[in-house]
Amino acid sequence: MATAKYDIKSYSGFRAITLLCLVVLYAPLVIVTIYSFNSSASITTWEGISLKWYADVFTGPESEKFKLAARNSFVIAITAATVSTSIAVFAATAMVRGGKFKLRTVSFGLISLPLMVPEIVTAVATLIFFNSIGFDRGIMTILIAHIAFCIPFAYLPISARMQGIEDSYEQAAMDLYATKRQAFTKILLPLMMPGIISGFLLAFIVSLDDFIITNFVKGAGVETLPTAIFGAVKQGIKPNIMAISTMLLGISVIMVTISYFVSKTDNTK
Amino acid sequence: MSNTTSNAIEVRDAVKRYGDFTALKRISLSIKDNEFFTLLGPSGCGKTTLLRMIAGFEDVTEGAIFLYGDEIENLPPHQRPVNTVFQNYALFPHMTILDNVAFGLEMRGKSKDQARSRAGEMLELVQLSQFAARKPSQLSGGQQQRVALARALAPQPKVLLLDEPLSALDLKLRKAMQLELKHLQRETGITFIFVTHDQEEALTMSDRIAVMSAGEMQQLGGPKDIYEKPRNMFVADFIGETNLLEVSVDGINNGRAVCHLGGGHELTCDAVDGVGVGSHVHMSVRPERLYMSDKPVETESLKGRIKENIFVGTDITTIVDLEDGPEFVVRTSNSDRGNKRIFEPGAEMYVNMELGAARLLVD
Repeated sequence: MATAKYDIKSYSGFRAITLLCLVVLYAPLVIVTIYSFNSSASITTWEGISLKWYADVFTGPESEKFKLAARNSFVIAITAATVSTSIAVFAATAMVRGGKFKLRTVSFGLISLPLMVPEIVTAVATLIFFNSIGFDRGIMTILIAHIAFCIPFAYLPISARMQGIEDSYEQAAMDLYATKRQAFTKILLPLMMPGIISGFLLAFIVSLDDFIITNFVKGAGVETLPTAIFGAVKQGIKPNIMAISTMLLGISVIMVTISYFVSKTDNTK
Repeated sequence: MSNTTSNAIEVRDAVKRYGDFTALKRISLSIKDNEFFTLLGPSGCGKTTLLRMIAGFEDVTEGAIFLYGDEIENLPPHQRPVNTVFQNYALFPHMTILDNVAFGLEMRGKSKDQARSRAGEMLELVQLSQFAARKPSQLSGGQQQRVALARALAPQPKVLLLDEPLSALDLKLRKAMQLELKHLQRETGITFIFVTHDQEEALTMSDRIAVMSAGEMQQLGGPKDIYEKPRNMFVADFIGETNLLEVSVDGINNGRAVCHLGGGHELTCDAVDGVGVGSHVHMSVRPERLYMSDKPVETESLKGRIKENIFVGTDITTIVDLEDGPEFVVRTSNSDRGNKRIFEPGAEMYVNMELGAARLLVD
């Protein structure tokens, strides 16, 4: 408990710094969101509220391009999240329930290292890898790359959850004639579910939002939503980009919120 | 051994090592069919390790374990017809009470309906039928305890293992559960192996007790045996309260040992194996087997002076200084029956010992 004297709020400038940080972080997002409802064709002058740019996204001249990109993005995100979450479940089971094995610390490092490596390095390395094995770039290369870099994002909430589950539940199950596999599927897996859902949603959102790696490994003509937006922005920012960005932002916020609440639900209580 | 089949559990030369640490130092014991058997000892004595070895959660480093004659130490837990009541109950939090109790039956191949109807009967047995649809977290500690018991008994194990199941309950509930457990054991006829560090609990419930310390078995016997004839210092000190006196054995005649207490006091008591003439050992005298008088009453009367009286409700505890000798604790029942006699502090009196109250200990 911080007493009033040592409370960080009493430090001089605390308020100003906090406000500055919040403004820098969120002002651009707020402005993009507000201007996505602008009825003007200009991105700087406000002419009143309208949903016409949202309509434009779905029906305008560029709508086909965006629809295709959005479909690619969702297919890749769902597949990548599913596969990486499954891998993460087994990785977490091995790491948390595997007892003390040699190279355990190394294994943990290897699983979480991609979070620390600059994304551009991963992107270049992945591209070189696909080139060197002669893999044609396309939706498959995006998918494989996404599965790989989503694993640590799915792993962290799952293993955190698993560490909170006492192993006496599995022991009780095996004591009551369940095989190891039954103890896993009937007891451990349901108890891990909040962590798994949370990991899945995080992986999904990371995949959906990824630009750098995707841009490197995608083939010509294959676009995901972020690369399509980037392509459109290169020809000048139009308000329909703001509408797409706002929708993408909305999806991210919803996913992260669900992930947060799911990971906090405690079904062991 | 020819009698292996009649024993519910036989542990033969079992050793458990964790790296350099030896948790269990070559234990052998037989637990009879239909027995309420208790492993008693302080934490770290190896009692839980032994129980977990029987359940199959710990490997046996050396030795063998037999269940009704079948060697089981290499079987995985799910192939051993024993069930465990865990210390923290380990009820499956995502399942209802009924499904928890039905779990073992389903895993044994019973249909969901059969398992549930039998689970319902078990819940009736522990008087929790009305909670069948609830989740474990909605039950009190005592109720969870009974669910854990019902769950472990439902598949009709050959042996039930109980790992300090009462330690999380408050005193009153614990006492009630002690009796309930004992009755349940008699009704079901299942062999119970109970682990506890609470000596009173062990004495209350058990047919036989194995007292353990530092990975070794110190004594094996019925509650009365263990309490009245402790074999060594550890058992005498761990079970109940006692006066531990340093004595030297001056002579042994006709199975009676003459012991010197210091300060010229002398006592005779039954000789025990392993304590010969000239040995310096300890003697245990239970405080409730002593009484006070103003004149010497028995041959074993020691002169002393009252130091302090302590009122503890059911009893009065008196501390007596022997002339030039050790201190004695005497317990007198707080009732008007019997030869009770209380003296004021400072009064001179005699401490008298009931026949067989003094016990020589192998150190």
